[in-house]
Formats: sequence, structure tokens, C-alpha cells
Amino acid sequence: MAFAFKKKTMSMGIKFLFILLVAVLCLSMGSQEQTGGTVKIGAIFSITGGASFLGSPEEKTATMLVDEINAAGGINGVKIELIIKDSGGSPEKAKSFAKQLIEEDKVMAIIGPSTSGETMAIKSTCDENKTILVSCAAAETIVEPIAPYVFKTPQKDSYAAIAIFQTMNAMGIKKIGVVTSNAGFGMGGKDQLEKYAPDYGITIAIAEVYDKGATDLTSVLTKVKDKGVEAVVNWSIVPAQSIVAKNMKQLGMKVPLFQSHGFGNIKYVEAAGEAAEGIIFPCGRLLVADVLPDNNPQKALLMKYKKDYETKFKEDVSTFGGHAYDAVMLLVEAIKKAKSIDTAKVRDAIEKVSFVGTAGMFNFSPTEHNGLGMDSFEMLTVKNGKFVLFKK
Amino acid sequence: MESNIVLQYILSGITQGSIYAIVAIGFNIIYNTTGIINFAQGEFLVLGSMIAISLASFLPLALAVLIACLATTLVGAALELVFIRGLKKWSPVRVVTLFLLIFIIPFRSGLFDGFPFLANMVFCVLIAAPIAAGIEFLFKRFVKSTSNVLRMIIITIGISILMREVMLHVWDEKNRALPFFTGNEVSSIDIFGAMISPQVLWVLGVSAVIVVGLNLFFKFTLIGKAMLACSDNKTAASLCGINVKWMVTLSFMISAGIGALAGCVTSPLTQTQYNMGSTLAIKGFAVAVLGGLGNSTGAVVAGLMLGVLEAFAISIMPNAYIEAISIVILLVILFFKPSGLFGSAEASRLKEF
Repeated sequence: MAFAFKKKTMSMGIKFLFILLVAVLCLSMGSQEQTGGTVKIGAIFSITGGASFLGSPEEKTATMLVDEINAAGGINGVKIELIIKDSGGSPEKAKSFAKQLIEEDKVMAIIGPSTSGETMAIKSTCDENKTILVSCAAAETIVEPIAPYVFKTPQKDSYAAIAIFQTMNAMGIKKIGVVTSNAGFGMGGKDQLEKYAPDYGITIAIAEVYDKGATDLTSVLTKVKDKGVEAVVNWSIVPAQSIVAKNMKQLGMKVPLFQSHGFGNIKYVEAAGEAAEGIIFPCGRLLVADVLPDNNPQKALLMKYKKDYETKFKEDVSTFGGHAYDAVMLLVEAIKKAKSIDTAKVRDAIEKVSFVGTAGMFNFSPTEHNGLGMDSFEMLTVKNGKFVLFKK
Repeated sequence: MESNIVLQYILSGITQGSIYAIVAIGFNIIYNTTGIINFAQGEFLVLGSMIAISLASFLPLALAVLIACLATTLVGAALELVFIRGLKKWSPVRVVTLFLLIFIIPFRSGLFDGFPFLANMVFCVLIAAPIAAGIEFLFKRFVKSTSNVLRMIIITIGISILMREVMLHVWDEKNRALPFFTGNEVSSIDIFGAMISPQVLWVLGVSAVIVVGLNLFFKFTLIGKAMLACSDNKTAASLCGINVKWMVTLSFMISAGIGALAGCVTSPLTQTQYNMGSTLAIKGFAVAVLGGLGNSTGAVVAGLMLGVLEAFAISIMPNAYIEAISIVILLVILFFKPSGLFGSAEASRLKEF
């Protein structure tokens, strides 16, 4: 018995020794402290995990933009220190990182998190601690009801649903089938679609929910096909976006497929291949920057961001990275306007800021913490494996 | 329901079921030799299809798939050597692996970047060597040699996490897919008014070839029989002159290779993402249990059956409940026939797990 006890304590000792070694290594790698003329901004992105396709471009974009601003001498001489945390898509981790950033790092603002679920988990934490939160997630509930310190840069879900229904009206589509993922984004989208469909005279004949890890949806789509719908709407941010497209073609379904603004990543088109042709979805203008008319106010900014990102990271730009771009720019514009890095003053300044971002023309006010209008969406479609503007 | 709709549900069920089946087969090989469940099986699938996708950009598809399977087979062997066999006693392979892993940390982080390259290397070696030796010493001193089945199963969970992280760094978080083997994403075959993707026929065909091949291998070849003997009784097998250690390594190799093939052939349908291994593996494992662990023919039949049952369940109730339906089917069958549909109750009583 005594022997067993001794062994146990010994192995605990080994564990501690190992942790100590790792800790020493980590510490010796840490960067040196910088003070004076810097503003600390925290960022929580799901760089790994299921939502990594959101967090990864967001992290790259934020880092790139902050480096660029600092290299150009900062904001009126004030340098930005960006502290990035990887939440792995977990609301619990996002919450503990938010606390850490607020209490230990004493950041002025937090950018992110990438997903709606995570943002809602830290909304009240940031607001109560009077730390600015600029979310990169889409759900309406982030800014409705308004919390004084909480803002967001992506377009609202409801605008996407309305944009889809307006297009359907123009195409004469009346009866549709809806398939959504069981993740936060999909469930939110389903609510918005069901809420606005009657306003546009559209009947949802069938609404099905699938698992976010689904690898085959032919059975569900057989059911949808059986209902004789005139179009299908898929609302998700998971790989199922491409699977739905493939499965519809395999089932010989000829009706148009509409997707949410979550489809704004060319990788989904590549994964769906031929089956992606003709998919219609609402999206910001970033993906069609090169075909925009030259007089479009966003064109110059979008082309610059696209070129910088694609040269630096050797991958296609996505709208998600753009949300982080807009989040950083919002803080930069507000700091310029406030001529201060005092949190309360910057917060007040955000509500007076108007600027051109990647998602659209932002106009913030005390009653508008998203700042984007319906005009921030264009309807896009896929033609020859590329995103192009959809012509009704 | 009209007859062509019924047929369409059956074909949809077969599409889904064929994916379950081919994943389930992989579990059986390692189980047949060691009695352990390899929870990294899903990661073998992902690794195989990832390699094939990378190679397919400049090689013909068939060659890319072949190389991917061979490469994954080698990875399977390496993992077994380091983690399963290496756990037991002093192991030079593990020391080297540990040393390299630790060496990378200061080297990649640029700890000694100011120094000349050679000095940089020397410093990193000076840091890594004693740590690796220290860990190895602790291992040798305190880890008890064991071949406990449960412990090995937990190690495979560790391997799956490790592989997932490595794949995230080698590739990235993005979603990919191999091109369709025949036709493309929009082609489908019309069977009496119901449609099915040609890729599903590929999955079924490959499953059939694997099942027939495995049955012949385990029944008629000396090595196959030796592998079966290892799972029945390790001591007796080694007394008969069978090298149990290498049989275990071989089972990991075959399992990894078949997993990679399964990953390649399903990739056009399911697509491939670094973290999808566990999702595939859980359903595949359930199907393997349903068909009777160790029985590859049973796995295919059970997979197709579950797929078709799910498809008809969807036709009468919301898709959101489908996972619950399949779990209920699984529980009912295991309740009445714990050894699975096609497993022998007699044999399963003798197994450790």
C-alpha cells in the first residue's frame, strides 16, 4: 500500500516536472513587453476547430492589417498591440479568454469571436466590464437589443433572407424547401426565413434540419424533391453547403439552389465542382471586386485588400476575413475621431463613425450597432467555377 | 408512396450506407489481431484522402490513390511502432522521435536566431537531448510494461488527436474533395426513375473487393491465420512460433491502407476536412458493432441496412431525429443480440473486450 502511494506521488512529480519544462520553454519564447504609445486590442478567433474557415482568415487579416498600420507609424502615432487567442469555436473558451483579456491584459477592445454562439457567450461580460466588443459573427441578437459596448461588422441574417426572397419574387418562385444545419448559424437562418417568407408571398413547403457533420443528404433531399418545390434554400456554414449541391444534382433535381451568405468561400465551390454552377446567394462585394464598376465606392478598398491578402497568404480571400478587416478599421476610425485611446471616448466615437468597409458602407449611430443596410448585399451566382454577379 | 420514390429512398439509403460500411470494415482488421478498437481509424481515412487530393493535382488519379494508400500504410506502421509497441519498454525509436519533436520547438521558434546556423543547431541539440533522455529515463523507470487492451484503446484515441493536429498544420482547415472517379459532380445514373451517383457504385464495388479479399486473406493465407491466432490467444500464438509483435504492426498497416482507400473512394461524396475523422469513425464503429466486430461481410450488410432504415425513417419523420433513430436501432439489436447481427455469441464471450 505504502509502495503504491509512493509511486503515485512520484508520477505526479514527473507530471509537474514535465509541465515545468514546457513552461520554461514557452516563457523563453515569449515576446518582450512594449509600453508607451500603444493601445492593446484583444482578438478571439476560432482559428482551429469546426469554425476554422471563419477564424483562420480573420486571424490572418487582423495580423496583416495591424502590422501594416504599425509599419506606417500607427494611428496618429499610437501603435496597436494585437493579442490573439484561439477559442477553437468553443463558447466556454471564448468566455475565459474574454475574462483574461479584460482583467489581465486590460485591453481597450476585443475583436471577434468568429461565431454567433461565442459572441453571445461574452456579450454581457464585455458590456459589464465596459470593454468594447466588435464581433465578426452574423446573428441579429448580437446587436438586438443594443448593448452600449457591443458592435458587429458582418451583415444581418434578416437582410440575407430578404435578399433571397426578393430574388425569388423576381424569378416567380412561390413554393420552396428549406434545409439548414443544426448549428447556431443554421438555426438562426431558419428562423429568419420562416419569419419573412409570408411577407414575400412565399410558402415553405418543407423545412428540414440536418446534423452539422452530415456527409450525405440524399435522403433528406429525396423528401424535399417529393414535395415538388420550385427552389431549395440551404442555410449553413458547414461543408454540407457543397454536399447539398452535389446531392441535388445526383438526385436529378433541376430547381435552383439558394444558399446563405455563408457560401462566400471559393473552397466550397471547388469542393462542389460542377454541381456548384448556378447556385444563387447573397454576399458582400468582396468576392466580385474585380467585376465591380470603377465608380463603386468600395472597389479600391476591396481590390487592395484582395491583392494584399492573396499575395501574402497564397490563398483566395473570403468575406470572413473581411469582417475582421472591418472590425480593425472601425476601431482605427473611432480612435482617430476620438483623438484618444480612452475606452469610453472611443466607444462614443464609434457611434458617430461612417466609413467604407469590405462588407459595405458603415454608418454607426447610437441605435445602429451594425451600421450596414440592405445595399451591402449583392446576389451572386457561380459561373464556370467563379463567383459572378447574378442577373435576374 | 409511388414506386419510384420508394426506390429513390432505397438508393439514398444505399448511398449513405455504403459510406458507413466501408468505414466500418477498417475497424475489423486491427480488432481481429489485437482485440483492440482503433479509434484513429477515421484519421487514417482523412490522411489517405488528403494525401491523394494533394497528389491528384499533378498525378493521374489512380496513381495518386495508390501512393496515398501506401503512404498511409507506412504511417500506420510508424504509429504502431512508436506508440503501441514503444510503450512497453526502452525503445530507440521513441527516443529519436522525442528528441526530434523537442528539437523542433526551440529551432522553429527562433530562440537562437541571432547566432550562426551551426551554433543555433548545437544549442537546440543541447536543449533537446537532455530533455528527451530525461523523459525516456522516466518512461523506463516508471511506466509498467503492459499489453492491457483498454490502455491500448485509449492510446489510439491519443493517436487520433495527434494525427488531427498534425493534419491541420500540414494541410489546413479547408474543405477539399477528390474528383469523381467516373463522370463528375452532376452525373447520375437513372434506375427506373430513381437516381444514384456513379461514385456510390465505386464505393460498393471497392467495399466488395475489400471484403472478399479480407475473407480470403484471413481464411486461406498463413499470415492471415497467424493474425487471427494472435487475437484468440497471444501466448499460444507466440508459442506456435508466430511473431505477435509484427502481426500487430501488420494489422495496423493493413487497417491504415484500407482506411486510406476508403477515404479516397468516399472523398468525392463526403468531402475531406482535417477534423471529420471522428464523425466518420463513430458511425463506422457503431456499424462495425452492429454487424458483429471482426466480421467484414457483416459490417457491409449492417451498413447498408442502417442506411436504408435511416432513409425510410426520414421519409416519415423530421431529419433532425435521425441520429436518435439509428441509436435506437443499435440499442435494440445489441440488447437482443449483444454480439451484433452476424457475430458469434460464443466467440465474443472469449474476447477481452
